[in-house]
Amino acid sequence: MNLAGHYSYWMTILLMVAGLYIVVARSNLIKKLIGLGIFQTSVYLLYIAPGKLIGGTAPIVSEQFAVYSNPLPHVLILTAIVVGVATLALGLALVVRIHEEYGSIEEDAILEIDQHTAADQGRDGQPS
Amino acid sequence: MILDHLPALQVVVPLLAAPLIVLLRSGRLGWLIATAVSWTGLVVAVLLFLRVQDAGTISYAMGSWAPPWGIEYRVDALSSYVLVLVSLLAAVVLPYARLSIAAEVPSDRHYLLYAMFALCLCGLLGIAITGDAFNVFVFLEISSLSGYVLIALGRDRRALRSAFQYLIMGTIGATFYVIGVGLLYLMTGTLNLADMATRLGAVQEVRPVLAALAFITVGLSLKIALFPLHIWLPGAYAYAPSAVSAFMAGTVTKVSVYVLLRFMFGIFGVRLVLPGLPLLEILTLLSAVAMVVASLVALLERDLKRLLAYSSVAQIGYITLGLGLGNVDGLTASVVHLFNHGVTKTALFMLVGGIALRAGSCQLDALAGLARRMPVTCFGVVLAGLSLIGVPGTAGFITKWHLVLSALQAGQWWVVVVIATSSLLAAAYVWRFVEVAYLRIPTGPVAREEAPLSMLAPAWLLVAACIYFGLDTSFSLAGARDAAVMLLEGAR
Repeated sequence: MNLAGHYSYWMTILLMVAGLYIVVARSNLIKKLIGLGIFQTSVYLLYIAPGKLIGGTAPIVSEQFAVYSNPLPHVLILTAIVVGVATLALGLALVVRIHEEYGSIEEDAILEIDQHTAADQGRDGQPS
Repeated sequence: MILDHLPALQVVVPLLAAPLIVLLRSGRLGWLIATAVSWTGLVVAVLLFLRVQDAGTISYAMGSWAPPWGIEYRVDALSSYVLVLVSLLAAVVLPYARLSIAAEVPSDRHYLLYAMFALCLCGLLGIAITGDAFNVFVFLEISSLSGYVLIALGRDRRALRSAFQYLIMGTIGATFYVIGVGLLYLMTGTLNLADMATRLGAVQEVRPVLAALAFITVGLSLKIALFPLHIWLPGAYAYAPSAVSAFMAGTVTKVSVYVLLRFMFGIFGVRLVLPGLPLLEILTLLSAVAMVVASLVALLERDLKRLLAYSSVAQIGYITLGLGLGNVDGLTASVVHLFNHGVTKTALFMLVGGIALRAGSCQLDALAGLARRMPVTCFGVVLAGLSLIGVPGTAGFITKWHLVLSALQAGQWWVVVVIATSSLLAAAYVWRFVEVAYLRIPTGPVAREEAPLSMLAPAWLLVAACIYFGLDTSFSLAGARDAAVMLLEGAR
């Protein structure tokens, strides 16, 4: 078991766990999105690191080069980055709308507001 | 000539329709295009289903790049079945959507909603048709992202909170799935599902493969809303616009179940799933808990849409229960319940959308004596409710019958008890609606006021389907059995 040799994996796992923890532990919606971003980014590393060979070049067939890196993971992650950007953009847009409607971006406060509304509705709904 | 390209058309048509709708910026044209696209999709799906019945699995090389290097579209007994389900529900919901959406969403957003609808349809069909693991992820995110937008367009501000919660949990689920696929790619060097299944047999080191299995199962379970990962579902279904709830309740979770089936039996196979992890036992147990606990919660809900949403969580339990039992009857029950529950729950959400339109509320307390105002709608809810309970002669019964057969075959008697309990609870929560609508005295003046015909007719079409597929199972059950046999053969 080579600890230093698996450096990129340790970083991947660290980012993954840290990101997921932020999503779960933070009540602020923006911070949740930041955590989600870190979590997704760790997966980019998971894909890209094994595709890279030390001393490997881009896969251009030429006599000067013998060792090539695998380009497929890079291409996949390009797609995943686009998905990540779209998710983040949509998430932020939703937070803006939530802030307009509730006047807060703290999850606890929003839940409390909703519970009050639900309780009011419940009283109104009762036949008098 | 064009028939050879049906698999591509299935996905490309809705994908091209979405930007077209945005460019035209007209709610009416958008609705027309989306409806035309959904009907085209249904024709294509039925043609594909018939071709698979005749000639077996269709493999389509996207852009003529031969698999496993290019992306393969692969239509077999299971995927063609799911394609028919998704495109059928889209084709029925869209005619319904025009008036329902007009009543619930500001008119300047209509064209955006229909564009998102087309995109969501594209994603769902894409998941079912593609034979490439990473492609599944891309389509999963296309359908999910457009789904979050659709939910956020709901009238209630709680729709925004629910959409955000769904976005967080859905993204975590999708990312878990990608981690699993990444591990599989590291071990096999391929992303083509069929190729992966053959190469996985030669892999010596089992541990990363099991880790991949765990990540993929948990990730997809989030998307499926398998108990206890279901908390995004009730809010999302309850506060979305009615037409969106109807479409998503019938399709989104079902398609994720399809992916899970594909991976557990098509890729990993019984060789790894059974001895490696107690996965099937865990699935069975969680499904059983879902069937009872979610039904109990539904029993206590005061909002009709939330009641139906919790009932969905319970019904998803039936689907995963068949998966967990893992024999031919169980898998048949799972696949046939994708169809039966899709039809039943979509019918119910469509009818409830009509109630929301006329009564202005979905709170049960506000619906006293509703059957005098909306007798046709209420009778539809009762019939579809019978299918939800699983009364003989309805589609729901077909599923339960096969689940019971499967449980007996597996020697798991306690499962039969759970199924019976859950059915009784379903009868109780459907009865709550009957009691409120038929037996309570209405508070206000009573005038006959049904939902408009363009909303009532599609809903009743599906209600009729609930009964029809309980009597004539030549499509639903035979198709499901073909798919189940194929899955188990591939798993050996």
